[in-house]
Amino acid sequence: MPTRRHALSASAKLALLLLGAGILPAAAQAQAAGFNQAAFDAKSLAEVMKALGAGAPAASGDVTVSAPDIAENGAVVPVGASSSLPGVKRLLVLVEKNPSALSAIFDVSEMVDANFSTRVKMGQSSDVYAVAMMNDGRVLYAKKEVKVTLGGCGG
Amino acid sequence: MTRILWAGAAAAIAASSPAVWAQQKSSAEGIAEYRAMLADGNPAELFEAKGEALWKTRRGPKNATLEACDLGKGPGVVKGAFVELPRYFADTGRVQDLESRLLTCGETLQGISAAETAATPFGRGEQANIEALVAYISAASGGMKFNLPQGNPEERKMFELGKRAFFYRAGSHGFACASCHGEAGKRIRLQDLPDLTKNPGNGIGFAAWPAYRVSSGELWGMQRRLNDCYRQQRFPYPGFGSDVTIALAVYMGVNAKGAESIAPSIKR
Amino acid sequence: MADPMRIRAQMSGDKATVRVLMAHEMETGQRKDAAGKVIPAWYIQQVQAKLNGKDVLSAQWGPAVAKNPFLQFMIKGAKAGDKVSVSWVDNRGDTRTDEAVVS
Repeated sequence: MPTRRHALSASAKLALLLLGAGILPAAAQAQAAGFNQAAFDAKSLAEVMKALGAGAPAASGDVTVSAPDIAENGAVVPVGASSSLPGVKRLLVLVEKNPSALSAIFDVSEMVDANFSTRVKMGQSSDVYAVAMMNDGRVLYAKKEVKVTLGGCGG
Repeated sequence: MTRILWAGAAAAIAASSPAVWAQQKSSAEGIAEYRAMLADGNPAELFEAKGEALWKTRRGPKNATLEACDLGKGPGVVKGAFVELPRYFADTGRVQDLESRLLTCGETLQGISAAETAATPFGRGEQANIEALVAYISAASGGMKFNLPQGNPEERKMFELGKRAFFYRAGSHGFACASCHGEAGKRIRLQDLPDLTKNPGNGIGFAAWPAYRVSSGELWGMQRRLNDCYRQQRFPYPGFGSDVTIALAVYMGVNAKGAESIAPSIKR
Repeated sequence: MADPMRIRAQMSGDKATVRVLMAHEMETGQRKDAAGKVIPAWYIQQVQAKLNGKDVLSAQWGPAVAKNPFLQFMIKGAKAGDKVSVSWVDNRGDTRTDEAVVS
């Protein structure tokens, strides 16, 4: 009869096998230190903010999200997140209707402008958010609807 | 009271007008804005950098670089070569496009089998290197005007062959290249289809390939572009570097005389 | 080792605008191959940038960032001749660092 210790070590071996085969859940695969897997697994803006330990976001004219009205292909959609306010700690980019809402987190040091541009994949037409997490705990956002003519998540 | 009503009405109109205005900004304008946003920072640059390194790296059984490769303007001359291809080459006795010329140089200079590369699927193995080289070499002619030579009888013959191939209808749907590219003003969904029987303008049609395709994140040379055209026409692909594909490039390239190249560009 | 990044850093006023193109598949883990098997997620998770060896930017990315990612940011107080380095680490633990000089 298998002992508990035996069963545990067997499951550890299985885990190693599965890890090698790339079948373990995403949480086990994240390897970069300090990577906030929970935030990147979250399905909604509210869940993302919770995973980041932040309060509910408020719309603000001091945060800007720049994105095209229409993306010819959802595989590559240029998005900019910026804020002219002092005291921005982090800027986030979210695509609301993506399988996971959070696309990127930028930490704003005093050496850089709170202004980042990147490109994201969009699975379908969706609101795109720029969220500014402030040093004083406030969370501010701006959003824009981006229409996607061809989804970019593959499959 | 009237003032409040007016303010309310104005607010209602202001609230609804963005939606109205968004409809009035045409899809074409929206797409143009999208493409403009992507123009700076074209991932094709990653392929260009890789291609430049490959040009100067010793490879193959002969352990040689491509720096002695003659692309039509003399051994090793890269700048300006792209906008004069395809052209006749005396050493092979035939008209060649950039990609078949890279097969020739790969074999004669480096000992890499042209036949094997031609049989390799796009994007894999040596084909991935060809993509990078094509990005590098075309970039070196960026902004220059197409000026394919037609002085040699073989070059003129290939133009005529290309014209016939362009209008040749076959396959299950009776498509020809001309079905999509035979007249101005055509479009498939949101993609404009340039008229390739004439010069469609700077950076359009023949002048836009090779290109980085965002939909697949791949760099496509003209050979791969033609391969996909044939697939859409329900024709079998005539083969990498085949006479028909070179002839079509001669036809399109001569028609595009004077157009500025923007290769490698960025495409859907 | 991954292909090199393309980094351009240009002065504009008293800031350096840095534009980076990274060579990476950024596979979401949502796609299936021809045999119906899921293609495993493979994407850059962390990005760091330094000016003359000093940290100026860190970022965390998810798989929704596009393939062959583009990044633009502005460094305050930089000057021509300064060195900008950009590094990334992906979910497999692969890493790449490249440098450019501010022009």
